Amino acid sequence: MIYSEKVMDHFANPRNVGEIENADGIGEIGNEKCGDIMKMYLKIDGGIITDVKFKTFGCGAAVATSSMATELIKGATIEDALKLTNKAVVEALDGLPAAKLHCSVLAEQAIKAALWDYYSRQGIDPLPIVGELHEHCEECSIG
Amino acid sequence: MEKRFVYADNAATTKVSKAALEAALPYFTEIYGNASSIYSLGMNSARAVMKARQQVANAINAKSGEIYFTSGGSEADNWAIKSAAEVQAKKGKKHIITSNFEHHAVLHTVDHLAKNGFEVTYIPVDEFGLVNPEDVKNAIREDTALVTIMFANNEIGTIQPIKEIGAICRERKVWFHTDAVQAIGNVEIDVSDMNIDMLSLSGHKIHAPKGVGALFVRTGIGLPNLIHGGAQERTKRAGTENVPSIVALGVAMEEACRDIAGKQAKISVMRDKLIENLLKIKETRLNGDAKKRLCGNVNISFRGIEGESLLLSLDLEGICASSGSACTSGSLDPSHVLLAIGLPHATAHGSLRLTINEDTTEEDVDYIIEKVNTVVAKLRAMSPLWERICKTEGISD
Repeated sequence: MIYSEKVMDHFANPRNVGEIENADGIGEIGNEKCGDIMKMYLKIDGGIITDVKFKTFGCGAAVATSSMATELIKGATIEDALKLTNKAVVEALDGLPAAKLHCSVLAEQAIKAALWDYYSRQGIDPLPIVGELHEHCEECSIG
Repeated sequence: MEKRFVYADNAATTKVSKAALEAALPYFTEIYGNASSIYSLGMNSARAVMKARQQVANAINAKSGEIYFTSGGSEADNWAIKSAAEVQAKKGKKHIITSNFEHHAVLHTVDHLAKNGFEVTYIPVDEFGLVNPEDVKNAIREDTALVTIMFANNEIGTIQPIKEIGAICRERKVWFHTDAVQAIGNVEIDVSDMNIDMLSLSGHKIHAPKGVGALFVRTGIGLPNLIHGGAQERTKRAGTENVPSIVALGVAMEEACRDIAGKQAKISVMRDKLIENLLKIKETRLNGDAKKRLCGNVNISFRGIEGESLLLSLDLEGICASSGSACTSGSLDPSHVLLAIGLPHATAHGSLRLTINEDTTEEDVDYIIEKVNTVVAKLRAMSPLWERICKTEGISD
């Protein structure tokens, strides 16, 4: 199995690691049995994601996709963040081994989960805006 | 400490030894004759193969006529198990006994037979990864074709009571095969004293090249042909011999089995230092038996972190190691060995296997301890699972 240089760079020097105190939205996705959990913190101001931090328990691809996903949505509008697909994260990382593609789905879902939380806190129904969340990776049979 | 390169994955593969390499080299460009040819260039190749066969036999107290060269351990396992099944099925024996934490070369071969009319009993191992010989005894039936139990486990290094199991099998007249790929050179093996009927071994685990191994088959067991064709390996495995690798295997076997007790004494001190110090990291556990384990094997689980990240982080520090996490097994489940000894999935994901050998130094050991500490702390700091464990169990971060 070979990781691209970009994956290794984001694994070795992950961007935006940590927590945000008084975050406007926090999302967590995955489970320990499957071996990956992602937690995403968002700071939102006027519909713009002004800051984002993450914490990840998982493999190299899970860390790298978390890191890349935060880079891609930092400074973006909520609308654009919701449009972020796992495919875009994978492309930005110059690809992932086939067995690791499910990790990129987790990153996409973690952002959605944080936005779900953001809307819930304001008493707005997140479902029509964010769409359904996939708590577990679909490929994971043991979840 | 200054950055260094530490190879601590000798259970995966080893560096070819200088003696094995030097012994093999002339057979590439000088004595390159086909061992089946009649002129002296060919006969000299044949002599080299004969010598290597004797060297392998001597190392395990077998006769040279009982050694068959193969492409490695997996081939030897497949050949032994499928052969026993084929021969015994003719006598109406279609039951196989194995353990639930064998190497996949054994487990998947047995699974294949199970799909083709064989019944399989999987002996469970205890929390330390040990097979109870009594369980084997109780599982043997009139129609048992074969018992196959690995000598030492590749992941957690547990050494099985092979002599006891061999005695039981011999008494009940059941063939006994053991995958000794990890045990060779680390444990004294005497196929006669231990009543082993078939034994698989691999060259690249003991400083011979990859792609060569051997199967020991006791005289009297009618081994079916693996590859039909020429008369190589007493007609049982046709194909021109891989002479340089076979020569290297002979030398490597001789070297590996020369002073096992001395090697054990030297390496186990470093192993125990690693175990003792790594267990000082909070929320860790040793996998496998503390005493009945290979002298170079360390297997530890760190809660709250995932194995592949651990390996990649250690690699950035120059350390080569291995893990039983799902992400490194190529599937979504963690190692079947760690699950067999009762580890929860999450703990199995966070396992680290270090396998040191006679080339490992005290400085290497100190370096590993320092770097594992740093890396575990770094990964835990960014792990939401560790955060949750600390919170729910009241552990101070």
